Amino acid sequence: MGSCPIPISDYREIVLAHGSGGKLSQQLIQKIVVPQFRNELLEPLHDGAIFSVNGARLAFSTDSFVVSPIFFPGGDIGKLAVHGTVNDLSMCGARPLYLSAGFILEEGTSMEDFWRIVTSMRVAAGEAGVALVTGDTKVVDRGKADKIFINTSGIGVVPDGVDIAPGRARVGDKVILSGEIAVHGMAIMSVREGLEFETQIASDTAPLNRLVESILAAAPDVHVLRDPTRGGVTSALTEIAQTAKVGIRLNEAKIPISEEVKGACEILGLDPLYVANEGKLLAVVPAESASTALTAMRIHPLGSNAAIIGEVVADHPEFVTMKTRVGGTRVVDMLSGEQLPRIC
Amino acid sequence: MKYLDEYRNEELAQKVVGEIRRIVTKPWVVMEVCGGQTHTIVKYGIDHMIPPEVELVHGPGCPVCVTSLEMIDKAHAIARRPDVVFTSFGDMLRVPGSDGDLLVLKSRGADIRVVYSPIDALKIARANPDKKVVFFAIGFETTAPGNAMAVFQARKQGIKNFSVLVSHVLVPPAIASILQSPFNRVQGFLGPGHVCTVMGYREYEPIAERFHVPIVITGFEPLDILQGVLMTIQQLEQGKWDVENQYPRVVKREGNLMAQDLVDQVFEIGDRKWRGVGSIPKSGYKLRYEFRDHDAERIFEVEEIDTKEPEICISGLVLRGVKKPHDCPAFGTLCNPEHPLGATMVSAEGACAAYYAYGRHLQQPNQRSEAKHKTVEEPV
Repeated sequence: MGSCPIPISDYREIVLAHGSGGKLSQQLIQKIVVPQFRNELLEPLHDGAIFSVNGARLAFSTDSFVVSPIFFPGGDIGKLAVHGTVNDLSMCGARPLYLSAGFILEEGTSMEDFWRIVTSMRVAAGEAGVALVTGDTKVVDRGKADKIFINTSGIGVVPDGVDIAPGRARVGDKVILSGEIAVHGMAIMSVREGLEFETQIASDTAPLNRLVESILAAAPDVHVLRDPTRGGVTSALTEIAQTAKVGIRLNEAKIPISEEVKGACEILGLDPLYVANEGKLLAVVPAESASTALTAMRIHPLGSNAAIIGEVVADHPEFVTMKTRVGGTRVVDMLSGEQLPRIC
Repeated sequence: MKYLDEYRNEELAQKVVGEIRRIVTKPWVVMEVCGGQTHTIVKYGIDHMIPPEVELVHGPGCPVCVTSLEMIDKAHAIARRPDVVFTSFGDMLRVPGSDGDLLVLKSRGADIRVVYSPIDALKIARANPDKKVVFFAIGFETTAPGNAMAVFQARKQGIKNFSVLVSHVLVPPAIASILQSPFNRVQGFLGPGHVCTVMGYREYEPIAERFHVPIVITGFEPLDILQGVLMTIQQLEQGKWDVENQYPRVVKREGNLMAQDLVDQVFEIGDRKWRGVGSIPKSGYKLRYEFRDHDAERIFEVEEIDTKEPEICISGLVLRGVKKPHDCPAFGTLCNPEHPLGATMVSAEGACAAYYAYGRHLQQPNQRSEAKHKTVEEPV
């Protein structure tokens, strides 16, 4: 390993945009990480890996959480860490069973805060029906971390007959979104230092496993599930289009978004299609099952605003287009870095 | 959302498009001055909706794009200093200087912070008295009152550790410069709605008169743009060259007099170098002598910097409406937002970045509406 030359990259250092879920994140993984570990489970770069052990199909996933501030309207870093891995497993079609938790704590962090976060994780795990079964704790010098970082990993079981993977999107499939977009990202923005603005927006963080169970019970032939977290709806759909080598066409007018979130995005100059969600999912479903799946979602409290927002098409493979509100058409591409507020 | 949805209504948009189609009899070239307008046009696919006779070319109104490389390099030299907190509008962070951008400097340890308002930078200065807090005061007349207010307040409140690196630019001299160019193709303008909110539009009247071009002060929502195009084409077809106001819900002929007064107290007009365009006389603001204690250029005495621009980049021609982003051989290949060669690829308001973000590099040439227009020969 020591003798391997570092692959050519446009950057000599890691910049924040490498963690934004957009193109630079993708490049970092594709250029630096994947070539070292190349294997058929890793290469689809799904939310988790699916494999068989003694006949049982298991899903395995991991996620790290560094959100700032650690407490925000609608949740905290602990709740997010449980939901994040529960949801990644759910997006594999798996029933989440066991979680691990790794804590990196900054010296000086208040014991009260840590307690609140751990109890919040217990509640979240209980709600999602998963058990936290192993963990680790490290403390670093003051200033070497920002209060608390959490990694969670998880294992789940994939039921027979369920086959969910980004590569399975097929021409003619419908794209269903489970609810209003950009809520989590804007809730975090509203309390970020230096940017505080008055709003009632609370994070949508939620465990999606029960919603997925309802969908799969009604429409077991779902092709793809994805939770559009970092990078938002756009990044998730672009990745699906690229992996399945299909085009996706969206209808902007059909994308659910609350007035408050829309207003906050307008003021801050952000495009909600790129803003993070934590309790929403995208389902790519064969046309004949779309209305069944949609009904199943709408019955569930986490999917009551679900809508068909687009379809998979043969035109323009590997990219996503959108009919805009005024009737024009444009391509919706992944962001290269962080979404930066515009000046005017 | 109230006051927004009305301006994004598909039915009304189609009506205006139909009206443009009905009255247009020959090809016209119309420039939208503002980067924000370019952004709306590409984001909503407006250039694909209007009849092919009307060609929209993109103007120099992206302040991030036109900030000179020397100024960016000066900003970097200041931001690198350990005693400095460097504050800036967000989209300035990714603009490449001669050696990297502010995001890279940040990853190397420089204290660089995004603010939404220069007043926030002033707050940072108050909270960090042991640091020198610098705000990168860029923009057109739109941001000038806010920036002027920050300097004004800093002096009033005695906040000595606050300074601004001023690189303000003005729209009317830029429009005049475009019209004087022998390569000019622009026959009508969508004027800068937000600039005129501050400044009014009296100063555009002599330009329209002198160059015989209609100027329609236009807003930023899709229906604003479509109506602005309609009003411009109406004038062109009738052989008129008036200054008209499409954006009366915000813009008044005399503008915002209080804001103008504040700007006048803090800034004076001076020559300014525009990236990709060159020096334009009397085209920018600089701080008045009375405010020299808050002038970052004086405080930090950054020496003249030798700048390097990539030779292949045609952003200067794009900014003047002579070329379109995809006329550039590097567009979408060597030059993209992850690796921008010129500033028009960096800011969301830059024509190249807007084209890229909305996927124009992915389209086949025959899908590009612009391909129907003949490209002019490159000027020497």
